[in-house]
Amino acid sequence: MLKKSHYIILVFVVLLAVALLQLPGGTMGKLKLAISAPFLALFGLAGSTHETIGQGREALIPRRELLRQNEHLRRQNQELQLRLQQEGQLASENARLRAEAGWARRSPWRVKLGRVVAREPANWWRSLEIDLGARDGLRVNLPVLAPDGALAGRLLSVGETRSKVILLGDPNLRVAAVVATDGLTNGETGIIMANSSAPQEDGMIDLGYLSGNSAVRPGQNVVTWGVGGVFPSGITIGKIVDTRPKENGLTIEARVMLAARLGALEEVWVILP
Amino acid sequence: MSWRRSIFILAAAFLAVFLEASAGFVRHWFGAQIDLLPALMVYAALTDGLATIVLLALCGGLWFDSLSLNPLGASVLPLLGIGLVIYRSRDLLLREHFFAQAALGVVAGAAQPLGTLFVLLNLGATPLLGWYSLWQWVVMALGGGVVTPLCFELFDRLHRAFEYEPVRQTSFRPDREIKRGRR
Repeated sequence: MLKKSHYIILVFVVLLAVALLQLPGGTMGKLKLAISAPFLALFGLAGSTHETIGQGREALIPRRELLRQNEHLRRQNQELQLRLQQEGQLASENARLRAEAGWARRSPWRVKLGRVVAREPANWWRSLEIDLGARDGLRVNLPVLAPDGALAGRLLSVGETRSKVILLGDPNLRVAAVVATDGLTNGETGIIMANSSAPQEDGMIDLGYLSGNSAVRPGQNVVTWGVGGVFPSGITIGKIVDTRPKENGLTIEARVMLAARLGALEEVWVILP
Repeated sequence: MSWRRSIFILAAAFLAVFLEASAGFVRHWFGAQIDLLPALMVYAALTDGLATIVLLALCGGLWFDSLSLNPLGASVLPLLGIGLVIYRSRDLLLREHFFAQAALGVVAGAAQPLGTLFVLLNLGATPLLGWYSLWQWVVMALGGGVVTPLCFELFDRLHRAFEYEPVRQTSFRPDREIKRGRR
């Protein structure tokens, strides 16, 4: 049924696919960005349509409701101003104490808001694409936060105008984490890993390699540890749900409910260097 | 092979990959994203030539992989395999029947993720696999079964809209003509 020319084409395609699979990571990343470039127009169209629908919906909100929301936001703004003043005093006190103790000065985060334009089409990875790139000052490995400040992931590859974010729960993203109670870490450290027995929408991941005698309880917060140089310390990851012994009781693994709703992310913050 | 048909199929593959990357409601409802490319491959393999199958596997696979964390090319070989198997046995398949289309869609929808995972595992990648993956696999297979007959319906309508109506055979037959009058 197949002619000789057909066999030649098939062998060519198979060889091409095999050659592509063997490309080094950097070249493959650039090639991926080039191949996915034709989707930019569609993503832009989808984004502007979404925005127009949102504006249309806002135009239908009654004036009374808008006034009520405005009043609520004004009060919230006043409260936040007061809290900011208080935080400013605490920050200057903290800086003075760090200087006296000879510790390095901590600089505040610079963040940039990005819009999610595409999600991972395959079921065995966790990633998304945002509309920020190298021209916005982004580079690989920068931490990415959900709008409420919880950790979402890190930048995997950066193009000129778009970047790929690898999310918590992906097998290729591991984060050093520490268990915290009332804002203070209790020294129990572990590694955040993927949980393959739950869908992304459930927001469940594993905290592995906790020591076998660690006193970790459900409800405790898990935050980034800060070692490794990618994630700053103290970023909220989630809360412990339950624990189970692993490796004949040598270590404990805890299930963690993520603070960030990764399945519903529309916008993310990228922490700039 | 009709070039118009090939262009329609490739355009549909482009839109399918875009929908998979931008519409999250299927994943939200069923816990898994349905892959639309196997359904398109079933249609292409049953109705068009080898060139369309190769183009669909190459373009569709590369588009999909470019928006995914899959290594580039991981989806190409499974798609091509599905297309070739169906193409080689298409004379034996009842392609006009709804049940045949749906059954082929289920098989293709189930084979595509298995093939891609086979490639990934052979490359040393560590995709997210567990008991929940079985549910996702079932959703992808059933999704393929639902989408494939829709593909046939959609493309048939599209071709009817763009192509000339085939000339119907009239009841007139020259050998049955009654000649009147004398010679």
